[in-house]
Amino acid sequence: MRDTMTEPLVRVDDLKMHFPIYTGVFRRHTGDVKAVDGVSFSIQPGETLGLVGESGCGKSTVGRALLRLYEPTAGRVVIEGEDIATLDPEALRRKRPTMQMVFQDPQASLNPRMTLSAIIAEPMVEHTSLTAEERQARVFELMDAVGLNRRFANRYPHEFSGGQRQRIGIARALALNPKFIICDEPIAALDVSIQAQVVNLLEDLQDKLGLTYLFISHDLSMVRHIADRVAVMYLGRIAELSPRDALYAQPLHPYAEALLSAVNEPDPNRARRERIILKGDVPSPANPPKGCSFCTRCPKVFARCRVERPELAEVQPGRFVACHLYTPDAGQTGASGVPEHNQQGASS
Amino acid sequence: MPDGAAPVLDVRGLKTVFRTRGGEIHAVNSVSFHLKRGEVLGVVGESGSGKSVTMMSLIGLLPSPPAEIRGGEVMLGDRDLLKIDAEELRQVRGAKVGFVFQDPMTSLNPVFTVGMQIMEPLREHMGLDKQQAEARAVELLQLVGIPDAAKRLKSYPHQFSGGMRQRVMIAIALACNPDVLIADEPTTALDVTIQAQILELVKELRQKLGMAIIWITHDLGVIATVADRVMVMYGGQVVEHGPVKELFAFPRHPYTRALLKTIPSITGHREARLQVIEGQPPILNATPTACPFRARCPHAMEICSRENPARRAVDAAPLGHGHDVACHWSPPALHEAAHA
Ligand SMILES: Nc1ncnc2c1ncn2[C@@H]1O[C@H](COP(=O)(O)OP(=O)(O)OP(=O)(O)O)[C@@H](O)[C@H]1O
Ligand SMILES: Nc1ncnc2c1ncn2[C@@H]1O[C@H](COP(=O)(O)OP(=O)(O)OP(=O)(O)O)[C@@H](O)[C@H]1O
Ligand code: SF4
Ligand code: SF4
Ligand SMILES: [Mg+2]
Ligand SMILES: [Mg+2]
Repeated sequence: MRDTMTEPLVRVDDLKMHFPIYTGVFRRHTGDVKAVDGVSFSIQPGETLGLVGESGCGKSTVGRALLRLYEPTAGRVVIEGEDIATLDPEALRRKRPTMQMVFQDPQASLNPRMTLSAIIAEPMVEHTSLTAEERQARVFELMDAVGLNRRFANRYPHEFSGGQRQRIGIARALALNPKFIICDEPIAALDVSIQAQVVNLLEDLQDKLGLTYLFISHDLSMVRHIADRVAVMYLGRIAELSPRDALYAQPLHPYAEALLSAVNEPDPNRARRERIILKGDVPSPANPPKGCSFCTRCPKVFARCRVERPELAEVQPGRFVACHLYTPDAGQTGASGVPEHNQQGASS
Repeated sequence: MPDGAAPVLDVRGLKTVFRTRGGEIHAVNSVSFHLKRGEVLGVVGESGSGKSVTMMSLIGLLPSPPAEIRGGEVMLGDRDLLKIDAEELRQVRGAKVGFVFQDPMTSLNPVFTVGMQIMEPLREHMGLDKQQAEARAVELLQLVGIPDAAKRLKSYPHQFSGGMRQRVMIAIALACNPDVLIADEPTTALDVTIQAQILELVKELRQKLGMAIIWITHDLGVIATVADRVMVMYGGQVVEHGPVKELFAFPRHPYTRALLKTIPSITGHREARLQVIEGQPPILNATPTACPFRARCPHAMEICSRENPARRAVDAAPLGHGHDVACHWSPPALHEAAHA
């Protein structure tokens, strides 16, 4: 097992993030949106883990909880051996520069009253002792790296197109030479050439500086390009976690299979492969189905799926799947019989 | 649609300039296109090429200053949207033209619930009472695949995921069954399965209601799936336009050709490094007198820096109705050139 050779840089054990729902005039607590409900994985130094899955399945929430932008409901997040959840504010502040996030919504992270140059330099002001000149030089370097023309340095965010704003966010995240970057849909708003440019840049930085990425994206062809391993989430849980090539060659979990089959071929003249259209409504994370959370839409559902929740288990070397098709039926959970691995989490 | 039917939307020679402290930015330069009933026009192009600004100009959504519309006509039926007054324009926006913005967080109001924001146009433009509007709002949210729709009407935008907010925007745009739907990157935050669902919905709407749709996206896979025609923008101009199959089979403009080569594939060989189009986009500080792509173009010739090429038809159809390109160069015939 690779984990015995190197300590993972990031390790997530049974992470849960529930948002309370209040209703009525008295704002009674009537339930929870279980946005993330028991997620475990680890990321090796220098590795890129892709995180994919349906809109609303909890990907951004995982990312935010990892950086403690949310206080998780339960579970552990260990980054470089330190449990993020227990760090005091000062320790957390010192740790911040090493972990960065490129946000899905660039608007939210860009101050409309600051120029592009000031926005990119801001983290350097707070966390480094660089002089104004050194900072400016670094800003230009970063602008070149993400393909923003230096002549734009004194413009304000609203003067940029959507894709240009996204690149400002990326430049800013890179400013402090972080070790671990969570990229939340970093390229969705970019045209393909700039997407390629940004992905090449992320890969170059990884080669040069050994960066580690959690790469959240809907773009399965881009994930195939950049990720070493891919986690497929469904309704707050991981359905499958597999090495990239294995997943794309043959997805094991029925949801992963449906997801991969839905990709649009970028050429109308080329025949597409058989698409699995999922029937049925997406269940609500406030009220997930009993048993397997995918059972309401799974084309391969059978009786056991509706009563027993499948746990994530290693079903082939390096491949983790939460589905009863791959687990022997003995009324047991993933904890027995199946090869145990720390990806499973909850062992501590 | 029978050819020759009058277009629902006809844009001619649109020019939009921003006046900033740093000088003028000529974001949209003589852009022309039309749209027939039930048709989907896909719009692609480099980031910053003027796609959003073009569409916002059509329906008067750019604040002026700094934006200034310097010329053109935007005919919606027999009305020129650039000439009507603010109140009439507001009516058009609510009822005739639906708009999905690129950035859902800035266009949803954070202090109102999602339900209120969907119900407002229904009550104002469709004359529904509160109960009817609520029922229709639930229906719309279900159409765009939001689970537990009735309950989630009471949520605020920040309680929705990125993709859910985008779907709320789509629901609002569709609320009044508009004649024209302008969707600016409407599915970038959506996963492929929900994207497929939305694309199905769109196809159905255009068939049932004859809704005409402008779909801006960077995802050429989506274009290949929904669009009838494609318009490619670069540097504030239309550089190529044509029926989707023909354009993909035989792209004529060097930018389009480069663009099609940059897409990574989900099947087949995995490239070690992704292709990019080298060089920087043009700075649009004046009306161009040369081809905006020339600094990055492998086929640039002497004339390209003297003369900004006009659009010319490359098939028998009249300009704007078939395949056309704005370039001084002509690619070698198809059998040598396809996917070269
Ligand atoms: N602050 C919040 N309060 C209440 N519910 C929330 C909050 N943030 C997220 N949620 C809910 O948690 C679920 C997961 O949201 P999240 O943003 O993590 O999804 P996602 O996988 O990133 O989706 P997308 O691909 O659309 O961005 C959604 O149902 C969302 O409505
Ligand atoms: N308010 C503004 N002031 C000055 N310049 C602006 C303003 N809004 C847009 N621009 C400029 O106009 C050009 C076109 O922008 P637009 O938003 O139309 O691009 P786009 O094609 O939609 O790109 P993207 O794909 O990144 O969304 C860009 O160069 C942008 O910087
Ligand atoms: S456990 Fe059953 S319902 Fe769930 S994915 Fe597997 S086969 Fe489908
Ligand atoms: S006009 Fe000239 S520079 Fe412009 S795209 Fe064509 S060949 Fe290239
Ligand atoms: Mg998200
Ligand atoms: Mg845009």
